[in-house]
Amino acid sequence: MIPAIELIGIDKRFGTVHANKDVNLAIAPGSIHGIIGENGAGKSTLMSILFGFYHADKGEIRVKGKPVKIKSSSDAISMGIGMVHQHFMLVDPFTVLENVVLGAENGALIGPALDKARAELTRLAHEYELDVDPDALVGELPVGLQQRVEILKALFKGAETLILDEPTGVLTPDEADHLFRILGTLRDQGKTVILITHKLREIMAITDRVSVMRRGEMVATFETRKTSVEQLADAMVGRHVLLSVDKGKPNPGEVILDVRGLTWKDKKGVPRVDNVSFTVRKGEIVGIAGVSGNGQSELLDVISGIVKPTSGQVIFEGKDIGIMGDPAHVRAEGIAHVPEDRQHRGLIKEFDASESMILGWHHDEALGHGFRLDRAKVIARAKAEMETFDVRPPDPFLKSAKFSGGNQQKIILAREMLSNPDLLIVGQPTRGVDIGAIEFIHKRIIALRDQGKAILLVSVELDEIRSLSDRILVMFAGKIMGVRGPEADERELGLLMAGVVKDAA
Amino acid sequence: MSQRGELPQWVDLGLIPLLNLAVALIVAGLVVVIIGENPFEAMWIMLDGAVGSLKGWGYLLYYATNFVFTGLAVAVAFHAGLFNIGGEGQAYMAGVGATAVGLGLEFLPWPIVIPLAILASMAVGAFWAWIPGILQAKRGSHIVITTIMFNFIAASLVGYLINYWFRPVGKMAVESREITGAYIMSFREVARDFFGVRVASSPLNFSVFLAIIAAVAVWYLLWRTRLGYEIRAFGANSSAAVYAGIKPDRIIVITMAISGALAGLMAVNEILGVQHRLVLGFVGGAGFVGIAVALMGRSHPVGIVLAAMLFGLLYQGGSELSFAKPGINRDMIVVIQGLVILFMGALEYAFRPALAALFFKAED
Repeated sequence: MIPAIELIGIDKRFGTVHANKDVNLAIAPGSIHGIIGENGAGKSTLMSILFGFYHADKGEIRVKGKPVKIKSSSDAISMGIGMVHQHFMLVDPFTVLENVVLGAENGALIGPALDKARAELTRLAHEYELDVDPDALVGELPVGLQQRVEILKALFKGAETLILDEPTGVLTPDEADHLFRILGTLRDQGKTVILITHKLREIMAITDRVSVMRRGEMVATFETRKTSVEQLADAMVGRHVLLSVDKGKPNPGEVILDVRGLTWKDKKGVPRVDNVSFTVRKGEIVGIAGVSGNGQSELLDVISGIVKPTSGQVIFEGKDIGIMGDPAHVRAEGIAHVPEDRQHRGLIKEFDASESMILGWHHDEALGHGFRLDRAKVIARAKAEMETFDVRPPDPFLKSAKFSGGNQQKIILAREMLSNPDLLIVGQPTRGVDIGAIEFIHKRIIALRDQGKAILLVSVELDEIRSLSDRILVMFAGKIMGVRGPEADERELGLLMAGVVKDAA
Repeated sequence: MSQRGELPQWVDLGLIPLLNLAVALIVAGLVVVIIGENPFEAMWIMLDGAVGSLKGWGYLLYYATNFVFTGLAVAVAFHAGLFNIGGEGQAYMAGVGATAVGLGLEFLPWPIVIPLAILASMAVGAFWAWIPGILQAKRGSHIVITTIMFNFIAASLVGYLINYWFRPVGKMAVESREITGAYIMSFREVARDFFGVRVASSPLNFSVFLAIIAAVAVWYLLWRTRLGYEIRAFGANSSAAVYAGIKPDRIIVITMAISGALAGLMAVNEILGVQHRLVLGFVGGAGFVGIAVALMGRSHPVGIVLAAMLFGLLYQGGSELSFAKPGINRDMIVVIQGLVILFMGALEYAFRPALAALFFKAED
């Protein structure tokens, strides 16, 4: 059979970085083909080449057996290749119909194109279970539906091959299941799907074949049903990794953090954190699960003092730290905070590593007297912390931006965890972090718990929450929907994340 | 990995600025050719006029002193992500402070009056930048707009003050009485009166040491103190700064005050060091040149000192050139300076991609 897409000897360099090394890939028509690999393995570069964003230095692309030159995304679209980006390319104030037509207006007047699109949308919705109201404003749709609009856009433009880049990052487990059903239907109707992801379970659940990339190279391609999660993980990392977290029983002590009726309203007066109450004890990990954007980020901001609560209290060791609304004070009380967004908050990309490693702790008297900041002491601290957390390269003078995602995260974790906090707040500890580093980070968090420290963990990765937490809170629309133990059923947690409360909790 | 590879430091900090300067001079040379003069001769006159004699050097360093102060002022604000375009007005207002103290405390000996007058310059300059700072911090008014506006307010206000407060009755020139203690700032007069030595006549004065001290102090502040760390953190990434417990309002106000104080020092060079009296429009654009100097010097004190000297050379060499070549008038000099600013500031990275490509090709 002639492959729908064939990449032969694709090679791409960015300066000194060799992003794709002689990559070969053949995608069978009418199949779902997964591409997995760690961050920086070259998956996105490869797909960007296929979609015309970058040009390969060497190599050939064949579509249905014919060699083609793809110079831009419109070339790719005209060859029947469509892409659904991780961050949607939609115009929020436009309707679904207007978004679908965007880029295919065909002439000065929009009317005929809209009519044609409306008819086509009805057909597509029918054929692929892609129901969306064509007149709804895109900005008002939930993310799951916005993603459907992206798929419709590609199909409307005649896509035969659909590339999806990390499509489930923003979806609830339920929405993800629905997406997979849609992808299954697309395949059954003869479309080809390329799924880029780092989630091994998705690969196992939905793909027919899977290719693994590592450091710019295509290392292996498997028939999905003949492989296993363990085999894929090992191929991604290039060594054997432990996927499950080794964790002993918790030994919870007294309550250290007591959040009471906490509410935070945004500028529009919408409660983003809505009457939230919970406690965290010494020696336990409390995980907050939820689809991103349901108030977890705001909750962390309030507890860490970045914003002041609208009402309610944050009692830490008997003191209300909520009313302070000052991260410096909160830190001084013994709370360390690993922010969710490491690039924009956790470190300063322009600073060298040693300077990023004192961010927030730069008033520490051990770093110099009075107004002075002793450079030698700053560097000595950075060196020591980099060694403890195995940051690579262990170079305190290297700019923070130059470290890989996993090592940037280790820089932040080292800074916050080695400040010897009584409570550690961690947001998305392993987002965009390599599997090898995830193992390390999880071990560190559990070790901190075993020292009798309290940990409040927020993650959108349900697996991570389940494997680390001693208790799980589920947030939806700013509210806590329920508290469960770590043994809780995934399906039940998924429903809570979607705001569905079953009785008898 | 999304970024292009980095170039080694000597290329970024050495080769590229030199290349830009060379291109600026070539284009300037072409302009000289167009108006019918010999560019090599013009270049020689400029160089000789600026660095060919002690007097030339004196003028070069005197101009550079002004530009170091205003350049540092822009740079400090820039490290906090603030674009202080008001150096011109801050320096102008500072002149009032220096003169008011210099004349008001005339009865005291100079070792007291001069330091106080210097402090007054800094204080008034700081105050004039503090207002836009507080307006941005508390009211959200953009600092670029307010500092520009404050230049105009300063221009009118100082004009009024000189005319109605400082100008002695019956004096025709729009300027204040002479500050008697200020002669002590001048190299020439000190050399003559205290050591009986005659030195080349130039406006160079003790402010040049103040400029060096200021450059070192700014470096120390930014890279060796907690406040400097907070300023740079806020400028590089304000949300990370907030996460770290740094208070944006506080940083904006303090940084603007420091910036204004540095701009205010320019008045020390001009009023206490050279004019010895408050004169109309004494800043003469040095505040704006400071922006170019900071840009060219990459907001680093070392770069600023070098850039300030280059502009000092252009100023001094330029005026020599317009004396020697009537065909090349004052406006031509402005064109040449403009080209240097264009190529070294605005087009700073114009040659970088090509150079990077060449560099990596050679490496492969």
